[in-house]
This record gives sequence, structure tokens and C-alpha cells, in this order.
Amino acid sequence: MTLRIAGRLWLALVLFFLYAPILAMAAMSFNASPFYQLPFTFSTEWYVKLAGNAEILAASWQSVWIAVVVTVIATVLGTAASLAFFRYKFPGKRLLQALLFPPIAIPWLITGTAMLIFFFAIGIPRGAPAVIVGHVALAVPYVIVVVSARLAGFDPLLEEAARSLGATQWTITRRVTLPFLAPGVIAGGLFAFAVSFDQFVVSYFLAEPGDMTLPVLIYTAIRKGFTPEINAISTIIIVVSMLVMLLAARGFRFGGDR
Amino acid sequence: MAEVRVENLTKRYAGAPALDDVTLDFPDGQFFGLLGPSGSGKTTLLRAIAGFVTPDAGRVLMGGQPVEHVPVESRQIGMVFQSYALFPNMTVAENVRFGLDVRRVSGPEAARRVGEVLDLVQLRPYAARKPHELSGGQRQRVAMARAIVTRPRVLLLDEPLSALDKSLRLDMQIELRRIQREVGITTIFVTHDQEEALTLSDRIGILRDGRLIAEGPPRAVYAAPPDAFTARFLGEANVLTGTPEPGGLRLPGGTLIAVPQGTTAVAVRPEHIALSVAEPAAHNRIQARLVGRIFAGAMGTCVLDWHGQQLKVTDRDQDMAHLPDTGPVWLSWADDKTIGLKD
Repeated sequence: MTLRIAGRLWLALVLFFLYAPILAMAAMSFNASPFYQLPFTFSTEWYVKLAGNAEILAASWQSVWIAVVVTVIATVLGTAASLAFFRYKFPGKRLLQALLFPPIAIPWLITGTAMLIFFFAIGIPRGAPAVIVGHVALAVPYVIVVVSARLAGFDPLLEEAARSLGATQWTITRRVTLPFLAPGVIAGGLFAFAVSFDQFVVSYFLAEPGDMTLPVLIYTAIRKGFTPEINAISTIIIVVSMLVMLLAARGFRFGGDR
Repeated sequence: MAEVRVENLTKRYAGAPALDDVTLDFPDGQFFGLLGPSGSGKTTLLRAIAGFVTPDAGRVLMGGQPVEHVPVESRQIGMVFQSYALFPNMTVAENVRFGLDVRRVSGPEAARRVGEVLDLVQLRPYAARKPHELSGGQRQRVAMARAIVTRPRVLLLDEPLSALDKSLRLDMQIELRRIQREVGITTIFVTHDQEEALTLSDRIGILRDGRLIAEGPPRAVYAAPPDAFTARFLGEANVLTGTPEPGGLRLPGGTLIAVPQGTTAVAVRPEHIALSVAEPAAHNRIQARLVGRIFAGAMGTCVLDWHGQQLKVTDRDQDMAHLPDTGPVWLSWADDKTIGLKD
């Protein structure tokens, strides 16, 4: 009984520290005072100002298009790699699979520093292409992990059955394997989008100074002096991301079958 | 003419032979049962014919032409798997139409052929269902329909009934045979169930450790198995071992069985042996001790001890009523029921 109460209390604490800061920030984005003063006076002033802030809008656009490009590239590469791991035996396969996990575990600060030094050494200049390459490298392992988890439930006999019926490898992939994998591919894509859209460290190191993504801009803005417009844009980001995740969760159940 | 033929087919996995120099004809339009215990190579043989397994030596011929350079998808085969392997994202009709889609058969022609095979397997009302909404027997029939709609040269069945429960399996055996007769397609059927193979097949082949050890019509192979393994594997058999003599085989106890010289063992089917308390006049007779009787409805089985070896005799239960529960009895059989064994 006491264990039950302690468990509930623990859950409440976790949820509190997870969501209270977010809710506070959302509330402050609707507060008229620029210095977070109470009492709370409702205002949409910061949203209006945000709409006129070319810098934030440019950074938002930069973040979105980079994330979309990264999602497409990482999802295609990651799904293809998962299929290759699933279908074929080749020398070095286990080593390759093992090599996928360290990038998830290595701190992004270190990965970002390493990428900056390496890209400089081989002559890739800072800018959007460098950011995209960096993000893709970070996102692909996530896609492979998620898609491979789905593939583990795939019956390889389905591909054999399709072949016996006269289908070529491409037709089998398109009509049999991918429809089964779709939930995993979509989940992997969402992860890739999140990895890119939320990415601060790698973007900070690899982006051109004048060409910032949103997280980099928010960080710079905080250092210069915080304005509630940041609260406003952050609130928008949170609402949009939550909607995307809720839609995704409705479309399929994570981990479960079908 | 044989639609499918394998010649000297050999395949090794990690040094152990899965197929060892197998040569076999699968006659046109016939139902051929490949039978053997697990690990005998029967599935490897089927997969080599399909093209999923590349043989180390030997070749597969279809319509007289070697097919080693023809990939699976171009071999014009129909295959039914033990787990059916129906596409879960497609309806019954879409599953069946898949092979037509990839052959670019479309429109009314495809619809007509899908309708025809669904009628053949009596599943037209289920055309719009998904596989997970069907029973095991229905899935099995969808798998059949999907495999035959493309009019393949050969139908390959890999233990298609073993996932079904026993009563449904008997129904599906009849159903499978009916469909095969109506379509008239050369069919190769892999099973470890000897009764199933005997019931369904025009011809059977028995594999053991990758080698073909017997082949022919079921009755012929049952009546004259070449060795003790086949005799025991295909039905029940009492294998009697003795000492070869110029006149035949001398059994323990002194009975001389007239068999060709060099035969070291004979087999007698349990249903071919007569039991009596008094010594019979028959030439082939041995004395054993009755140790038990098993009642199984109309038929019964007597268990006997013969020089430490267990023998079985089956007969109608009523015909064995006069026998004592235990004690010495005579076993006898006609000359033409003696099966001489090679090893």
C-alpha cells in the first residue's frame, strides 16, 4: 500500500519536473510583462512581435528545411541499411552493426567538435551542407535501430513467396516489405526529424555564423538578453512537436505489432 | 515425359551432405510425395527445384531444359509454404492477384482468373478479407489459389498441412488432391507424415540422410521396401534378422525363410501375420511369446516377444478373441508377404 502511494508520488514528481518548466514558459509567452513579472496579464504581444521578427523567422525556416532534408536522406539510408542487414550475410556485418551504436552514446559535444575539426581538415566549409551531413550522420543510427526493430517481426518467407510468384527484388521491396515496414520507417523518420530539429551542438559548430538554425539562435538570444519572443517561438515548437508525435502515436503503436 | 527432373543433385552444408547424388523424375501432371524424417534433405531438394538453394553439383531440369541460370522469379513455379506466407497487408483477392500483377496480367483477364481460382478453392465470398481474419484451413486454400493462379509448370508444397489440426488435415488432404486433379498440375509435395504421403501421392520418394533410398507408386514401395529403414518408416514392420545359408535365411529358433542368397534380414508387415496357439502348417512360421494386447476399436494389436525382440501383429479384434492373454503362440505368413531387405 505504501509502495503504491510512493509510486504515485514518484510519477507525479517526474511529470512535474518534465512539464512544469514547459507550462511556465508557455504561460510566460502570454504574459504582457517582458520581465516575467506577476500578476499575469494576458497578452499576445510576443506572438505579434515574433511574426515581425525576421531573424527568428529565418532561423525557423532554416531549421525546418534542414530537418526535412535530413529526414529524407537519413530515412532512405537507414531503411536501406536495415534491409541489407536483414537480407544478406556479408563479412564484417557484425562489426558494422556494432559500430552503429557508439555514435548514439558519444556526447554530441564531442561528436560536434570532432566533425568541425574533420570537416575543416578535409575542406568542407561551414554552412548548411555541412550541417546536413552532420545531422544525417547522427540520425541514421536511430533510423536503423527503429526500422530493424520492426524488421525483426518480418517473416522472410514472405519475400520468398513473392519471389516464387515471379516478383523481382524491387517489386518485393515495394509491394511486400515496405508496406510491412511503413510504421517503423515513419517512426524512424520522426526520430531523424527530431534529432535534426532539436540539434544544437552540431549545428552550432557547423553552421555559418549568419545562417543559424532555431536552437542556435535561441542560445545566442539568451546570451544577448532574453526576450519573451523566444518563449513564444518555443511554445509554438512544443505544440507542433507534440501534435506530430500524437498523430504518429495514433497511427501506430510503438513497439507493438500492427 | 518428366516436366521436372533432378540429376545427381548434391548439396553440402558445413561439410554434411543435405543432398547426396539424388537423381529423380517428377512425371508430368502427377502428384509426387517426398517423404523422409527431419534432416533427410527433402526440403533442401524442394528448395533446389525452386531455385532458393544452389546445388554444389548436379542440375535441375524443367521441360528438358537445365535451369541453373534461371532465377527463382523466372522459373514459373507455384509454391505453398508451411506457414502459408500470405501477405498480411493485402486482401485474399490481392494476395491471389499478386502473381498476375507482376506478370502484367491486368483488368478483366486478371479479375476473371482470380475469380476462377477463388471458386476452385471455394473462397470467393472471402475475397475482401485480410489473412488474419481467416481460419488455418482458409489460409491454406488462399496459399494454394495464389500458387496456381499463374498456371505454373510445377507446384511445390512444403509441408502445407502440418500447421493444421488432425481432422482439418484430413479434409484438406482430400481438398488438395481435388484441386491438383482439376488443374492437372505436376505437384511435388514434401512431408514427414507417411500416411499423408501414401494417401495423396501418385508416386513417392523416400529420402534419408540426403540420399534417395526408394521411389515408386506408394503401394509398390510399401509392399517392397528396399531396406529396414524404409520398411519401418513407411508403416509398421517386423524386421527379422538371421544367418544367411545356401537355402535362404536361417532365423533364431531354426526356421529357414526362402529368400535370395545373401539376404541378412526380412520384414513382415503386422497385418500379414496370422496368430495361432497350435503349430500352423505354413512354411514361414516362428514361435514367440504373447506379452500384451492393445485394443483400438475395430482393429487390435498383439505385442510379442521373440528372442528378446518386440514384434507386432495387427488383425480385427474379434479374430484375436480366441488367443490367451499371454503365453507361447505361433506366427505364420504367406511366402509372398516376406520382404527381403538389402542391409
